[in-house]
Amino acid sequence: MDQVLDSGSKTATKPIISFRNVSKRWGSTVAVDNVSLDVEPGEFFALLGPSGCGKTTLLRMLAGLEVPTEGTILIDGQDMGNIPPNKRAVNMVFQSYAVFPHMTVADNVAYGLKIDGVPEQERARRVQEALDLVQLGHLAERMPDQLSGGQRQRVALARALVKKPKVLLLDEPLSALDAKLREAMRFELSQLQQKVGITFIMVTHDQNEALAIASRIAVMNKGSIAQLGTPSDLYEFPASRFVADFIGSVNMFEGTLIDDKPDEATVACPELEPYRIHVPHAVLGQESSNVWVAIRPEKMNLHKDADAPPTVPECPAAHNISRGEIQEISYLGDISIFHILLANGRLIRISRPNRSRFDQDNFGWGEKVWVSWGGTSPVVLQG
Amino acid sequence: MAPRRAPLEYNRMWQMKLWLLAVFIFLYAPLVALVAFSFNDSKRNIVWQGFTLDYYRKLFRNEDLLIAFANSLTIAFFATIISLFIGALAGVLLWRYRFFGKTAVEGAFTLPIVVPEICMGVSMLLFFTRVLPWPNDLFWPLNLGSIIIAHVSFCFPFVALVVRARLASFNKEQEEAARDLGANDWQAFRDVLLPHIRPALIAGALLAFTLSLDDFVITFFTSGPDTVTFPVKVYSMLRFSVTPEVNAASTMLILVTIVLMALMMLMQGRGQKKP
Repeated sequence: MDQVLDSGSKTATKPIISFRNVSKRWGSTVAVDNVSLDVEPGEFFALLGPSGCGKTTLLRMLAGLEVPTEGTILIDGQDMGNIPPNKRAVNMVFQSYAVFPHMTVADNVAYGLKIDGVPEQERARRVQEALDLVQLGHLAERMPDQLSGGQRQRVALARALVKKPKVLLLDEPLSALDAKLREAMRFELSQLQQKVGITFIMVTHDQNEALAIASRIAVMNKGSIAQLGTPSDLYEFPASRFVADFIGSVNMFEGTLIDDKPDEATVACPELEPYRIHVPHAVLGQESSNVWVAIRPEKMNLHKDADAPPTVPECPAAHNISRGEIQEISYLGDISIFHILLANGRLIRISRPNRSRFDQDNFGWGEKVWVSWGGTSPVVLQG
Repeated sequence: MAPRRAPLEYNRMWQMKLWLLAVFIFLYAPLVALVAFSFNDSKRNIVWQGFTLDYYRKLFRNEDLLIAFANSLTIAFFATIISLFIGALAGVLLWRYRFFGKTAVEGAFTLPIVVPEICMGVSMLLFFTRVLPWPNDLFWPLNLGSIIIAHVSFCFPFVALVVRARLASFNKEQEEAARDLGANDWQAFRDVLLPHIRPALIAGALLAFTLSLDDFVITFFTSGPDTVTFPVKVYSMLRFSVTPEVNAASTMLILVTIVLMALMMLMQGRGQKKP
């Protein structure tokens, strides 16, 4: 992983977390496969991937709840080799929140301080501070079963933050909340992180969540890091088919690189014939090699049927267009998603914002349409 | 006419009510008779002669019986404490770890529940005469040691089973959270796991105590001449004649059991809904 220290993070700072060639195996199952990763102080870092990709195992190894089979983990420069979870300067918010059901909210938050032998007065003050931070000050004497799911999560947050960890770990923090609350909590989590100034590391399988909150994301697949970068890096410049497919939705076309010049390239895709894909930059691949072209649904345009095909600016004729029939329209309020059946039998998705309350074009089901996209829309992926 | 019955509301059928009544009579009539006849003013105890408390007075003057009762309580107390300890550990072991031969160990734990009591009794008798002869002249409570050991052997599996069942609903992340917040293994066990299994420990203790207090067969084989328990004593009284004194003694035993049961249930209820 050479691209570790990129993407806007301040150089010359010491990473707060370092994974160095970390692997975790159970028998013949490889959960984490030779991962190296640095997290800078103050980042809101997300580990994103489908279930079973090893992201939670990575987080649990950081907390000391699992022991790596190989490799070293450094927290603030210190090797965590034989250090048990109770001696690590990180604290975790568990997926189930794991609030202790037999203790009041205040006792839950005080637990870690009590174990550490913090004197009672200071303890009470810090507990109140932490509860106020998550806006639960008025519920200190409640029992957990009298709280809602969102409130229980705040208890878990306060309980971890009250120990002033160097890094806060969040395991699928929003997955158990309902949709409205989830959106509100996203915002609140990043606000909270800025307020306390602690590094947050979040595990999630929800790409929207990661894109919305994280300052940097590691996309994981089958135990290794598929791509590391800022949210917009991952979305606009995916490095592999997996990342393009996993982050957001995408129309993927398989094709052959038929022309690769320094300032333009052309790809022929059987599914788009007789039309071709043109990009105004070099692909730097072998000519006539197999490539994949990814185009996001919102970066494609829809045109009313006409005899003449639409023209795409700065594009040769009969490039970056196709023809098809609207098979289905999903109206989602803010946007509509059109499923277009191309002449060759390929189904693609195009999304359009509903800017006006009265759509001038008024596309209908079964209508014949032209599809086009700009030269900068496609991402050409090799291999 | 009464409103129509919903498909599964069997409890509203008169046939079902009658059946329920029959079941209650079948279950409790003998007990009611036993208690009623303990107040019968007759030596032969066949026909109702009149109300008296004489037999209760006699009971409390019968030193042998009182000693037997004290023995029973002592045995039940120690057997419960030891069973609770071993059973809880066994329950946690079976829940937490996967190890070679786990199924076999689990089976072995339930064996004392399944094996006929008479076989347990005979094997205990052989064990305490041949393998580990238990001296007769030990001081209290060690003179009851053999019976206590025998009782622990069939009481602790019940505790283990109840604890294990309770642990199935335990969220392991809670223990991990405790560790993450700075607790060592013991502190995490004490502060998180133990409070969770508390109701199971109370239920297990209740089971063990009543099982031990009531046990006749196994105790019969392991008790010596000086270590008679209450059920064994009642049995020996029965051999001469069924006097109301036996009824009175049995009534006292039922009373003790009910009181204990009520107490434990109260404790359990309080443990579950703390303010």
